[in-house]
Formats: sequence, structure tokens, C-alpha cells
Amino acid sequence: MVKNIIDVKNLSKTFDISLKEPGLKGTIKHFFKRQTKSLKVIKDISFEIKEGEIVGFLGANGAGKTTILKILCGLIYPSDGSILVSGSLPFRRKENFLKNITLIMGQKQQLIWDLPPIESFYLNASIYDIDRIEAKRRINKLSDMLEIDEELFIPVRKLSLGQRMKSELLAALIHEPNILFLDEPTLGLDINAQRNLRKFLQKYNKETNATICLTSHYMKDITSLCKRVICVHNGSISYDGKLNLLLKKLSPVKEILIVCRSEKDVIRLEKTGFIVKNKSKNEITIKVKNNSITSSLKTILNNFDIEDLYINEPPIDEIIGKILIKKDYDI
Amino acid sequence: MSPKKYFKVYKKFLHTSLASELEYQTNILIDLITAILSLIGSIFLLSIFYQNNASIGGWKFEQALIIQGIYTILNGITNTWFNPNLTEIVKHIREGTLDFVLLKPIDSQFFISLKKINPSGFLEIMLGLCLLSFCIRINQININLSFLTLCLITIICSICILYSLWFFISTTTIWFVKTWNATEVLRSFLYIGRFPLNSFSFSLRIFFSVFIPIAFITTIPSEVFLGLTELWKISLEVIVAIVFLFASRKFWLYALKFYSSASS
Repeated sequence: MVKNIIDVKNLSKTFDISLKEPGLKGTIKHFFKRQTKSLKVIKDISFEIKEGEIVGFLGANGAGKTTILKILCGLIYPSDGSILVSGSLPFRRKENFLKNITLIMGQKQQLIWDLPPIESFYLNASIYDIDRIEAKRRINKLSDMLEIDEELFIPVRKLSLGQRMKSELLAALIHEPNILFLDEPTLGLDINAQRNLRKFLQKYNKETNATICLTSHYMKDITSLCKRVICVHNGSISYDGKLNLLLKKLSPVKEILIVCRSEKDVIRLEKTGFIVKNKSKNEITIKVKNNSITSSLKTILNNFDIEDLYINEPPIDEIIGKILIKKDYDI
Repeated sequence: MSPKKYFKVYKKFLHTSLASELEYQTNILIDLITAILSLIGSIFLLSIFYQNNASIGGWKFEQALIIQGIYTILNGITNTWFNPNLTEIVKHIREGTLDFVLLKPIDSQFFISLKKINPSGFLEIMLGLCLLSFCIRINQININLSFLTLCLITIICSICILYSLWFFISTTTIWFVKTWNATEVLRSFLYIGRFPLNSFSFSLRIFFSVFIPIAFITTIPSEVFLGLTELWKISLEVIVAIVFLFASRKFWLYALKFYSSASS
């Protein structure tokens, strides 16, 4: 049986935030007397993650995804509840625990700006107590996987965002961690760079059985990497389960675009009782329930003169958009 | 991690940080010129004070030069280690990059206090040492082992006090987020350390001994050079240095519990 590597029970986190009224008067008042308010950003959440799993955390901006990730890697002290990550209490940040994890943030960097990435890699290697020969072996292996070569010897400030992100990944993985916390790793990358990064993460997970916890606003990251998602809404978990089940639940219909040879068929199709999304001269788009796709297609192909036909899933972003604003899902 | 590993990491810090700084040759050159001009300016200012006075607060010009020498060494150390690292703490906290430091299996205080180095500060240290050796000659000071040990102890204590004060102020950034001004105020107070403590009024002497221990930083080591100090003063400086170092360490560990990281 695969063991749990992350175990979270009734976790809560409260931050004290200062409030400020608008305008000059508000600024002066704020300077002399700060009004603070306790804000519960994580509310009594519980979940478990198994070794080797890739889990996506979904939620709107400010929902609490990054805070959860930072509590899991030990950067933020929890206000309440219990957490065990790889058998350790993360906020104690013991050496063995830290050697087991890594955090990659798409919008922050740890590489030394004026030097080639290779210098940062060897610095990290010495911090993680890895000797030079072993460090070289790991750098070669990871740079092969990430498909970077010459970039290792160019100052970081001269690298493109995509090359920099690959180097950041290499710097963060040189100690071969078992758990990866990724906070929007593809932020700002072009489509090819995003795809390469996803390919690398899949490969890394497959080869090392590392557990990956990921937040991203690019839905392609979630759909191509995560079988399981945890949806966070206002600091609470609104859904924790398989991504495909959630998508089915939220999108029970498919769209069929039918291109007919004559306009007459379009009119006939409209009258057969299908839900019509839109139509033009000899094209019509209908909505069909997932469980009646086969029978509907049979009816259409047998009774109408069809030139072409396309079955479309509703855009994934549209479905995920629903997740970000919805509080609960009963699946 | 063992001390040997820390030493290995520090060697790597030195290497990467020197390599980073040497990327910008002009900047290094300007820093070097600034260090030389700053020392010349300070000696010139001191000579103006002594133009019509044989001594100020019981200190002759040749003796006051010792304070200037120690100040120059300390300023060199400040520019080499404290300034590039401790001012960076504010940036780390404001931008949330302290996250990377805290997640490394290495002491976070060691990392943020020693990661960077500014090589131009070395020149100041060298200039300060030259000035001190010149002062030893003109003040006809006898050098022996106990003299050198005491000098070294008091200067190390001064470095510890200065570091702790600076680190303490930088740590408050965890709550106040922006504390540039406070470190600037501390640097301004340090300028006062260029002059003998006895040249100030009684109330200022108390202030600079008790509240901001500038007196311990430059005057006591200078007195050791001139053989004017008493053992209790040296012992007191050692105690103050240990207490300050210990307090700054505890304060850092306490403050980290309140670190909330920057939002993404």
C-alpha cells in the first residue's frame, strides 16, 4: 500500500492584517494608530497526499493555495491543527526535512543574478552537502532532462524567462528532493516553455516517484499533470478528488458541430428536439448529454446528409472558472 | 552541519560573491577611490579640530588617529560584510525571497549574514591597518603578545557589537517591513565613533555608552592601543559583545515565528 507522505488535520491559519481608510486623513490616521483585523485565511482543512502523487491546488487569487503550500513546506507557522510532511513537523525545519523538500515559485528566483546558473548549482550543492563529483553528475542528468546546455554558462541576467525557469528548477532539484512544492511554476512562460516544463515534471515524477504539490492558473498545467485536485475556496476545501470526476460533474454535456450539405437539413435538425447552441447557413451546433452521445450521433448520421462533424468538450478554462467561484461540490 | 561544512559553504559564498562583484569593474574602482578619499577627508577634519588645541578630552592628535584607524577598519568590515548582507535582509523580507533561505538546510542567520562580500571594503581595512601601524610608531607603543591579544579581543568584540546592533535592527523588518532609516541612523551614530568619547559632554558620553554602545566600539580598543584602559573596561566590552550576540540570535529565532512571507 502506498503510504501517506503529507497528512494534514484541521489546519487553520489566522493572519493579523492592518486596515487603512482611503485619502490623506486615512493615511495620517493609519500612520499614528494602526487598526488591525484578524483574518482566518485557512479554515479547518484536512487532507492526505500519497507518495508519488501529483496534486493540483485550485482556487481564485487569495483563496489560500499559496499559504497552504508555504505551511506545508514549513515557512509559515500554522495557527491550529496538525501537519506531518514526510514524518516531520514542517515548521521546525529540521535538516532532514529540508533535504527532502523543495519549493519553486514562478515569480521569485534564487539564482545569483550576475553569474551563470552553474555557480548557483555548485553553491546549492555545497549547502546540501553534495560533493563536487556527485553534484556534476546530478547537474548533467538534470540538464539533459531539462534540455539545457550552453545556458548553464551564461549569466542569469542574460537568460530568457524560460531558460531561467529551467535553471531555477535545476537549482531547486539538485538535492533530489522527494516532495516538490510548485507555486505557479509556468507563470509568464510561452506555450512551448510551459509544455517543456510540464513534460519535465511528468518525467521527474515517473523516474523518482517524487510527490508534487502544484498551484497554477494555467489550466493546461493542472489537466496534463494532476489526476487529483484540491479546490480551495476562501480558505476551505470545496473539493478534493479526481479531476476527471469534477470535470464530468461540472460539464455534463458535449457540443457537436454539424456541417450539413443543405440548409434544409439544418432546419430539420433544429426541429428534432436537440438543444441548439447556435446555427448559421448550413452549420448547426447542438448540446448533447455525455451519456447520450452515441445514440444521438447514430440518429444524426442515419437521418441527415452530413458533410462533416466535430465533437467538442466545453473549454476547460470555462469549467475551472466555475470551480473558482463555487463553494461546494457533491460528487 | 559540521563546522567543516560551514567553512566549505563560506568558501563558496566568497567565490560566488567575489565573482559577482568583479563583473562590474568600474563600480569596484569607484568604491576604492571613495574609500581613499573618505579616509583623507576624515583625517583632514580631525586635523582641523586639533589646529588650535593640543588635546581634546585628554586625547592628543596622534592618539586620536588611533581611533580613526580603528574606525576605518570597522567601517571596512561594515562595507565588506555588514552592508551587502544586512541591508539585503530588508529586501529578502519585503520580496519574500527569505523563503529560499529558510528552506535551506543551513543556519539562516549564517546564510543571510555572510552570503555576500564587497571586495572594495578590503582596501579600507588595509588602510585602517596601515594607519594603525603608523600610529604605533608615532606613539612609540611597545608591541608584545599580551598587547596584540588584547587589541584583537577588543576589536573582535567591537565587530560583534556592531554586527548585533545592525542585525537586530534589520530583524525588526519582519514586523515593520521597511527599516532602512533605522540602519541609516545607526551608521550616522557610527560616524561619532571617529572621535574620542571624552571629547563629548557627560550626558552624551552616557548616551553613547549605555543606549548605543559606540564607546565600546572604537574608544575602548583605542585605549588598549595606548595602554590607557583598565581591565574592567575590557571585561565589560567582552560581556557586552557576548550579550549582544546572544540577544540578536534569540531575537532572530523569535522573529522568524512571525514571518508570514510575501504574497505571491
